[in-house]
Amino acid sequence: MSVTGILGKKIGMTQVFDEKGEVHPITVLQAGPCVITQLKTLAVDGYDAAQIGLVEFVKSSKVNKPMAGHFAKSSAAPVKMMKEVGIETAKKSDGEAAQDGVKAGDRVLVDIFSDEKYVDVIGTSKGRGFAGVVRRHGFGGGPKSHGHMFQVQGSIGASSFPSRVFPGQRMPGHMGVDRVTVRNLRIRGIDLEENLLMVEGAVPGPRDGYVMISKAKAPPRERRGFAGAGTVDPLKASKKASGKKK
Amino acid sequence: MSIHPVMQRLAEKLNRTDIPAFVPGDTVRVQVKIKEGEKERLQAFEGIVIARKNGAQGSFTVRKMSFGQGVERIFPFNSKVIDKVEKVRSARVRRAKLFYLRGLRGKAARLKEVERA
Repeated sequence: MSVTGILGKKIGMTQVFDEKGEVHPITVLQAGPCVITQLKTLAVDGYDAAQIGLVEFVKSSKVNKPMAGHFAKSSAAPVKMMKEVGIETAKKSDGEAAQDGVKAGDRVLVDIFSDEKYVDVIGTSKGRGFAGVVRRHGFGGGPKSHGHMFQVQGSIGASSFPSRVFPGQRMPGHMGVDRVTVRNLRIRGIDLEENLLMVEGAVPGPRDGYVMISKAKAPPRERRGFAGAGTVDPLKASKKASGKKK
Repeated sequence: MSIHPVMQRLAEKLNRTDIPAFVPGDTVRVQVKIKEGEKERLQAFEGIVIARKNGAQGSFTVRKMSFGQGVERIFPFNSKVIDKVEKVRSARVRRAKLFYLRGLRGKAARLKEVERA
């Protein structure tokens, strides 16, 4: 029926009050508008997916000829960035018709999340440069006074045995600018007019950083007393039954 | 850093607009919603506004003397706890944060009243 993800931009953070009066930190994301630039099919590409692009102003001189050709195929205007997302097939029996509902040139808007509770967000974390071990790996650091050094690593292993440093030893180095996925951020609001999605909690990357938002791959199971409470654990059920017999 | 225009528009949508304008030095009566079991009732908290934080997540601090004991409450502007805010009177003050009132008692802690719209 629709695609499972959308491209967007991190706008900033603020807080909202819910119906109970509790306050929640939220990140405001501008999600889309996106356009489907290409459809990948099982027959041609070996898998089903949709390539979507974020609709944003792109200088025509910045589009090279291969990309111009690619955009011409779907007769779409050049887009800022492109990513592949999955396609959802409708759960109803008339699935065949529903899957055909997605075609190149279709717009993808934030309303794809209107029935969802959680999303996963992928972003690029802020760059920290060449960072030491305290910052990069959370080492404790040394004593702060009495003529000590503060943030040094100390020993990295024993001496004559093993006479080498074990692989994977955590050391200073480049930190940040990594692809980071944050799973299961609760949706706190959707603004269809401005294409805004408000999620609870922090999202990797700087303000105005590009993010990919997708429907939660593994949303948290509902707690007892909510949906899912009706599912029966066969092992426990059999134990209960045998206990009653006694 | 200036506010992102999108955040500005969003704040206008989310923020509540029913709270009247007041400044530090004003005496306000805040009707606070209190839940007792199932029932909800209102309780007034009346005192001097000694601080105000503006912005999307703004708040204000109200100080009052309760049986000789200073009590302060911080209310976020968007808080669901606030039912209503009434301005009772205004006073002339020369600073934005009136934390110096904490150290003063009785007659010394008075503020000079003025008429303000």
